[in-house]
Amino acid sequence: MSFLKFDSLRKEFGDFVAVHDMSLSVERGEFISLLGPSGCGKTTTLQMVAGLLSPTSGKVILDGKDITNTPPNKRGLGIVFQSYALFPHMSALDNVAFGLEMRGVGKAERLERAHNALNQVKLGQFVDRFPKDMSGGQRQRVALARALVIEPPVLLLDEPLSNLDAKLREDMRIELRLLQQDLGVTTILVTHDQEEALSMSDRIVVMQQGDVSQVAAPLDLYERPLNSFVSDFVGKTNILQGKVTDKNVVSVNQIAVSVNTEAHVVGADVALSIRPEKFTMSSDNAGLPVRVKASIFMGASWLYSVESDMGELLVTQPNTGSAGFARGDSAYLAWEEGALTVFGGVQA
Amino acid sequence: MRTLGPIALIFHAIFVAFIMAPLLMVIAVSFTDKGYLSLPTDGLSLRWFKAILDNPDFIEAFGMSVWLALFSATVAVIISVPAALALARHKFPGRELISAFLLSPLMIPHLVLGVAFLQFYSRIGLGGSFYGLAAAHIILVTPYALRLALASATGMSTDAEHAAMTLGASKFTVFRRITVPLILPGIAGGWILSFITSFDELTMSVFVASPSTQTLPVKMYNHITQTIDPLIASVSTVLIVLTFLLMLILDRFYGLDKIFIGKG
Amino acid sequence: MSTEKTPNTPYLLTAPGVLFFAALLGAPMIMTLLLSLHSYDFNLGVQSDWTFGNYAEVIGDPYFQKIFGRTFGLALWVTVICVAIGVPEAYVLSRLNPRWRSIFLLIVLGPLLISVVVRTLGWALFFGGSGILSMVSQALGFGDEPVSLMFTFTGMTIALVHVLVPFMVISVWASLQKIDPQSEDAAYSLGASKMTVLRRITLPQAMPGILSGSIIVFALTASAFATPAIIGGRRLKVVATAAYDEYLSTLNWPLGAAIAVLLLIANIAIIVSYNKLVERRFAKVFE
Repeated sequence: MSFLKFDSLRKEFGDFVAVHDMSLSVERGEFISLLGPSGCGKTTTLQMVAGLLSPTSGKVILDGKDITNTPPNKRGLGIVFQSYALFPHMSALDNVAFGLEMRGVGKAERLERAHNALNQVKLGQFVDRFPKDMSGGQRQRVALARALVIEPPVLLLDEPLSNLDAKLREDMRIELRLLQQDLGVTTILVTHDQEEALSMSDRIVVMQQGDVSQVAAPLDLYERPLNSFVSDFVGKTNILQGKVTDKNVVSVNQIAVSVNTEAHVVGADVALSIRPEKFTMSSDNAGLPVRVKASIFMGASWLYSVESDMGELLVTQPNTGSAGFARGDSAYLAWEEGALTVFGGVQA
Repeated sequence: MRTLGPIALIFHAIFVAFIMAPLLMVIAVSFTDKGYLSLPTDGLSLRWFKAILDNPDFIEAFGMSVWLALFSATVAVIISVPAALALARHKFPGRELISAFLLSPLMIPHLVLGVAFLQFYSRIGLGGSFYGLAAAHIILVTPYALRLALASATGMSTDAEHAAMTLGASKFTVFRRITVPLILPGIAGGWILSFITSFDELTMSVFVASPSTQTLPVKMYNHITQTIDPLIASVSTVLIVLTFLLMLILDRFYGLDKIFIGKG
Repeated sequence: MSTEKTPNTPYLLTAPGVLFFAALLGAPMIMTLLLSLHSYDFNLGVQSDWTFGNYAEVIGDPYFQKIFGRTFGLALWVTVICVAIGVPEAYVLSRLNPRWRSIFLLIVLGPLLISVVVRTLGWALFFGGSGILSMVSQALGFGDEPVSLMFTFTGMTIALVHVLVPFMVISVWASLQKIDPQSEDAAYSLGASKMTVLRRITLPQAMPGILSGSIIVFALTASAFATPAIIGGRRLKVVATAAYDEYLSTLNWPLGAAIAVLLLIANIAIIVSYNKLVERRFAKVFE
């Protein structure tokens, strides 16, 4: 029996269906990300779990109890909002203590617990600060402490890192994940940032226009996307349109590529996906001849845009310390057959 | 979680009724067919609206108020825009003082302004003149025009102006083509608010206006202190209707909330 | 345009306003102050002596004390009632769906644009002896005596609340608009009830608006002229109508000037000290 279950959750706004009958089972202690572009229904789903929106149909079941119609103030879930939603008229400590006060915890105890919670997020010395005197990262931590101090069965995070700058965001990812694992709190994260989802989650739910495209662990999702939407949205990829000309052969612009085609009949239109880092690029005369159109140094790697008879391709190669290829160079691309994924139909 | 309970809605209904009651009362009385104050129980009559036409005083006073409001709002904006740019863009000694001085009429009760102008004009011999009245109104409404111009000049980034300069525009061209269009909403809002404030002003004008420069509110006030009759109700009804039409136009083209916030 | 090095530019730009104000605001105000320091003789007019006699008279005379006391009491009552009904109304408005909200904002705030004379006239029609109030009370059998709120404190209070409550609504409305709605959701999710959210989250954040609305309403009531003049009349004078009478009926301008100066000082003192208080209280909380 799973800990948190969405049972055919559906939300309509007038004629617009924001979430189509979504079902999902979340295990206790699991970290799940709802990932998708804006308007895919991920935030709507989160708000239905939080009780801030009521579903048009379907159920939310927490620990065996149907909480679909429980008001948000009786659910006891911890929520970190995108804007942090701190109470501007209360100090950090009072913000964190508020939820405990609502639960009737005595003053001495709730101040102590709020203090501990702020220590936990490394804000021990800022307890008396007001939100407006704190940085974005500090506010974020207060919001997190406020949500966690009530020891919620489920922690809901609505794009919690999107208002932070890039460096801080990466640090917070690690910190948040460690904290979540230490506390063992079941967590649902809503994000449009695929890196964030990949780096923090046990499982990722990719959503598109109110539908679930794929549910998988990060590595599976990255290596074995079910369709070209997922493969394009999660990480960078090259998508090539082709046709199955023979068993295990796909022709892309008249070039025969070997790939496992067992799911597709001969003559079918298919799309091939290959990630930029799966190529090996060299000057040895072997593989697909290409010409370098653009060469960008990224620090840890080189990013190339190359022209070939198969079309334009993006290629990344690790930085090994020596100069990479330059614009106009000729080179050859090689790859392993398993690096290619085949999707049915002509998909954009 | 954002729905309102029945108690809130009942309260809201009573509040709205309270707000509308005196206005509806005025409108109702203006349609009476009697020669005295009463509700039009025996059918509606327009006789008191026709009576306005027989009292050119009110029409003249209306014309005076419109002309005065146009004049003082325009001068107030002409004074305010350069001042707002200076106050918003520059740090200079005396900046706080100048800004407080130009906004000070907001803190002075209209009565005090009225008695001050009454004495001043009678001393310098401007008593009862249109320009004396207009100068008093300009003082009164300049803070409103300044406040809105200041808000939009302060909120405006100077990047666009810098960009125009690097593209070769002269200072004056930058002002005309970039600065003014960008703060235009503030200028327009300030003008409208100034116009309305001037048009409605009574307390100060009671002291400054002479029989030849009577504004509509002053004329109406003097009439009410003599007698309250259906005629004053019909004049008020016309004013209510005109204001309502003005509001609809403003709401459509400008956004009334901005005007109200400037007034508060 | 932005970082001018010429130090004269800002002075040139503000010069028209400053000069105009100095000549036409500064001079009259100073002259009024000076006038209040002269004595007045009913036969000879304004004297050329210097005296605080007018102030002594206004402060010492029970007649004026009563008028100042009445004005202060009126301002207090009107402010309290405006808070009591204006704050809930602003809250209701902020919770209406957008279509209804814009209609009711127009209805509630629109009267601000209609002349105070017109609005007070409406109440005079209600309150007068032959007005609606009498008809209703007679119909309900409360006796045949005409009920009139004309020339009563209650009547003045009701009419002034009507005139000024839109200022309270707009001020509270503006600060309610600044509240992050997610902060209320956050409180719900932490277990707060609707009442608790209102009391602990919404109301404190609306406080700056309530306070600035209060000061506007208080100051405008204390110096109100048209409404007290029409509803209160000669029988219930307030500071503004008393000064008006000194100027235009009694013709004792120096005494009228002293009343005006005291009104101005009281007004500024209240606004400034209130602002100081609000700043101290909220500076650390709100941006």
